[in-house]
Order: sequence, then structure tokens, then C-alpha cells
Amino acid sequence: MRLPQIKHPTIVATAIVFSLLYAIAAIRYNGFFSPIQTTSLFSDNAALGLAAIGMTFVILSGGIDLSVGAVIALASIFLGKCIVQWEWPAYLAIPLVLASGAAFGTVMGTIIRLFRLPPFLVTLAGMFLARGLALVLTKEKRLSIRGDDSFDWLVDFTVGFGRFEFNLPAVVFMAAMVAAVIVAHWTRFGRNVYAIGGNEQSAVLMGLPVGKTTVQIYALSGLCAATGGVIYAIGAESGDASVAQLLELDAIAAVVIGGTLLSGGVGYVAGTLLGVLILGIITVIPAFEEAVKLNSWWTKIAIGILLLAFIVLQRLLQRQKR
Amino acid sequence: MTSSLHKLVWPFAALCVLLIFNAFANPSFYSLEFIDGSWSGLLVVVIERASIVLLLSLGMTLVIATAGVDLSVGAVMAVAGSLAAVLLTEYEVPLVPTLLITLATCTLAGAWNGFLVSIIGIQPIVATLILMVAGRGIAQLLTDGNPVSVKDYDGFLFIGSGTFLGIPFTIIIAIAVAVLTAIVVRCTAIGLFIESVGGNETASRYAGLSVRLVRFFVYAFTGLCAGIAGIIYTSDITRAEANNAGLYLELDAILAVVIGGTALSGGRFSLAGSIIGALIIQTLTTTIIITQINGQNIPSEYNLVVKAIVVLVVCLLQSEALRRMITGKGVDG
Repeated sequence: MRLPQIKHPTIVATAIVFSLLYAIAAIRYNGFFSPIQTTSLFSDNAALGLAAIGMTFVILSGGIDLSVGAVIALASIFLGKCIVQWEWPAYLAIPLVLASGAAFGTVMGTIIRLFRLPPFLVTLAGMFLARGLALVLTKEKRLSIRGDDSFDWLVDFTVGFGRFEFNLPAVVFMAAMVAAVIVAHWTRFGRNVYAIGGNEQSAVLMGLPVGKTTVQIYALSGLCAATGGVIYAIGAESGDASVAQLLELDAIAAVVIGGTLLSGGVGYVAGTLLGVLILGIITVIPAFEEAVKLNSWWTKIAIGILLLAFIVLQRLLQRQKR
Repeated sequence: MTSSLHKLVWPFAALCVLLIFNAFANPSFYSLEFIDGSWSGLLVVVIERASIVLLLSLGMTLVIATAGVDLSVGAVMAVAGSLAAVLLTEYEVPLVPTLLITLATCTLAGAWNGFLVSIIGIQPIVATLILMVAGRGIAQLLTDGNPVSVKDYDGFLFIGSGTFLGIPFTIIIAIAVAVLTAIVVRCTAIGLFIESVGGNETASRYAGLSVRLVRFFVYAFTGLCAGIAGIIYTSDITRAEANNAGLYLELDAILAVVIGGTALSGGRFSLAGSIIGALIIQTLTTTIIITQINGQNIPSEYNLVVKAIVVLVVCLLQSEALRRMITGKGVDG
């Protein structure tokens, strides 16, 4: 029933909010427009961005994945374990961690599909399990990663465009974004995701592989979250079992602010990029604001207000089209 | 009646298994002593700790019965604690007005969720996500980000640590709210309305039921329950902590409801089941902490892993598809 036209207005609104926020911040704060600040907007939000990319596919299909924050923590710890304790080189350890993340998602997707259980509960169990395993794997909760040449190389890796120097997390985030846009809009898998989210029964009747696609979606989300964990480990040069608490909420918020409908079927992956960057800007503003005492809790309130505005906007647009 | 009792069998059996396990593994679990005019012992501690999730799960049961969910209860708890503490210490408001203002505010917060869900028509997960994110920010704003101590307010402390007739006051509050809820829901038509909204919204509307009003009511009620839970928590730890109060408790409350046999898809609900669910969660947590294997405690890290397994098993027990698979009738699609 959802017409494709109704997708556009929300992403336009997202783009306007992003431009306004960025322009105001750039005019108001010295150094906000600087190359360092611009690149760190990407690198600081890389883990969140990766999780949000996976979350976009999950939400587009009408599901939800609460486990992404915990999977990020588990992946960073697991990578640390592989490199520090078992002395694996990073070029072997990272693919293993990524594969484990995808496997974790595959198991959740299979359970959701096979037993027809609500994604909310299954991924909640996944969240407890991943966070628990991360804590079980390391007693100290934090694991400093060093002593591996290929890992150090990844840590020092940068790509320069003139005065803009992007480190590995920023590069991976941007590359993943491009890949996700291609997957969502120009592959069969992407079209299946939209079809399932739009109307699952129709998708079944059309003969689309609904079961297989559902499992693949959660596998993709697990892979994205594990990539986020690896990126976090590279950025922080350590693994941390208590990192990314409640990050799943920020990821969901980024997807919603990016214009994707939580009921599924409507939205853009590119909108999620804007959503993540909007959250990123709101988060760094208190650090720039010195004159007025602007505390970090205003960030949460601002995100809440933005969420509300976008959800109400989506709702109104939906009603108009009916 | 028989069918609703039948549904309670599984959660009740799970609780019994835990209790019997403790009888063998941890005899200290059942030691009760009457000290200084009140009962003390692990069993009392378990029920006292379970009270907060129990209170949250009462409101959550009704919300879930209308096919909704409320993610904001943890954040509302934090708001309640911060508001009560600030009113008491900074504005020197007497105890009773403080409690009334706090509970009214939390009911209003719940009503806000209800407004978004029923009037604007936003999906419950998203609608309550807004308050979940912003609520904790508001709580931090109220206390300026610092913990606020309420150590010097004996009346307020009584709520979380006092005893009445030898029983911790917290437990009495929880039981009172549970009984009141049960009376309101089961002795009036409200319970029927809630089940009918969750069972079939369209049919309810055609039957002349104000679906919006029912939805609005359950969210407001959940806000009130979260407010009570927040006050108890703050009183118990003697300070308002905007960052940690109620963190992840919305998940425990949802879990308690689901363990208790109320399906997330709405319809029939069981308050008794949710109460048992809350008790199971707390008994499990305590059991993991006190159980010793070969003279060593299980590391607390395993708590989450065990919880994950319990969630999964409970989900599978309720899975229609699994039941059909076992009985060999096959699954469609």
C-alpha cells in the first residue's frame, strides 16, 4: 500500500536538518569546519555508523536488532583475545571475528524465522548472551591490544585528501556506506528486503525467498556490528566488554532520523548516514559550547526531541497519502 | 479460568525448579531469622529485590496485552528518583506532597506515551523510545548530573528500607499495588477491554469500545508504576542516580511479562504470571550469585549468559511453530 513517493519528503527533511545543524555549528564554533573536526566526525561515529547500516536493513525488513551494541563489545574483546592471548596476526584474527559476528546474526535470524519468534525477544537474548560472553572472555573488562605488526599497521593507516586525513575507521565507515547503498538499491537481496518490509505476505506470494532473506538480514546486521567492534578496537587500540552500552538505541534513532519507517519497507540507507552524522554533531556540540554551560544530558534531550519531530513528520506524511 | 491457570503451569514449574535446586545447593537460601522486629534472610531479600521489577511488570503486562510495549519505564524511574530527591533536598517540600508530585509527573510521562501511541498513532516501540532517550537526559538535568543524597530524610528512607509488621515496606507496597491492579482489572470491565484491544483492535472499535482511551490508560498506568518503582529504588540506595537508576530494567520487566505467559502480540494477559516472572528473574540472579561449584562461586559474568539461555528457552516454549514441528504437523511457508 505504501507508495514510493512518500519516501522522499522525510529524507529531504533529514537533509535540511543536517545542513542547518552543520551550518549553525560551523558558523558558531571556531574550528568546527576544520579538516580534523570533519574527519573525526566520521571516525568517532564509525562503530555507531556500521551498526546503524546493519540496523537499516533489519528495520527496512520490519524487524529490530537489539544485540548490535553487545556484539560490538564482544567483537572487540574477541579480537583482543585472538591477537594478545593466542598471538594470531591481525590479518587472520579480523576475518575470524567478522565471520563469528555474521554467524551470531545467522543463528538469531534462523531462530526468529524457524520458530516464528518476535525479533525483539530473540535479539534481546542475543544481547544478553553477547555481553555475557564478552565479560566471560575477559576478567579485566578491558584488553589492551598491541604487539602485532599488522594490527599496528591498521592503527596507523590513514588516507589523505589534501588536508583531510581519514583514519581506518572513517574509511571503513564510508566504504561500508557506499557498499550498503549499492546492496540496498541495486541487488536482488536489497529488493527482497524492501519487499518483505512492505508486506511479508505479498513477498511470500510473489515467491520471494522470505526465509532465506530474513536470515541473511540478521547475518548482515551481525557482520556490520562485528565490523564496528573491530573498528572500535583499532581506534581505541583495545577491546572493552562494557563499551557501546545502549548503542542499539542510538543506532535505531539514527535510522529513524534518517527517514526509515520502523514499520518497514520505506527508507534509504543514505538517510542513515545523515542520521548518524546528525547524532554525531549533536554529541560534539557540548564540547564546543563554552559560554553557556551546555551539559551532555542536553544531547539526550535533543536526540529525543529530534526523534519525536521525525516520527510525527513521518506519521503526518503517511496519513496525507492515504 | 482453567485455561488461564493452565498457562501458569510452566512459569510456576520453573520457579519451583529454582527453589528446589536452592534447597539442595544452598540451604542458607531458606534460613529466616526474626531480628529487631523484622524478618530477614535471603528469601526476604529476593522478594524485596524483585519488588521493583514486579511493579514495572504490572504496568508492562497491561501495555503488552494491548499489543504494545513500553521501553521508557527505566528512564521514568530515573526521572522519579531525581525529581523526588530534588524536591526534598533543594526545594524542601514535605514528604507527602513530594511523593504526590512525583507520582503525578510519572503518570503524566506515561500519559505522554499514551498520547503518542493512541492519538498520534505511532508504533509503541518508537513512541516510548523517545522518552527512553530523553527521559534519562531530563533526570540528569534535574540533578545537574550529580547523585543527590537523601540520607537525612527518614520518612523517605522508610519507603525503601523500613519494615511494617516485620515485613519490608517495599514488599508491602508491591503487594498492595499488585492486589489493587488485579481488583481494578479483573473486577471491572477494564481487563476485558484491554484484552479485546490487544486481541483484535478493529473488532473492538466496531463493538463500540474506545480503543484510544484504553491505550491511553494502560500507558499512563505504566508511568505510575514506574514512578513508584523509581521512588523505592532511590529510597533503597539513599540517593538519586540519574545515570544508573532503572538502567536495562525495561528489558527485565518485558522479560517478566513474557516469562509469565503474556504474548508480545497482545490479547490475553496474566498478572499472576508476570509476578511469578519477576520472582523467577530475581531468584535466578540470586541463585547464580550464591551457588558454589567445587567450593567456588560462579563468576558474576555468567549471569548474563544464563539469562540469555533462559530468555531463549522461554521463547521456544511459547513458540507455536516449534510445537507444530514436534507434533509433526509441519509449518507453513
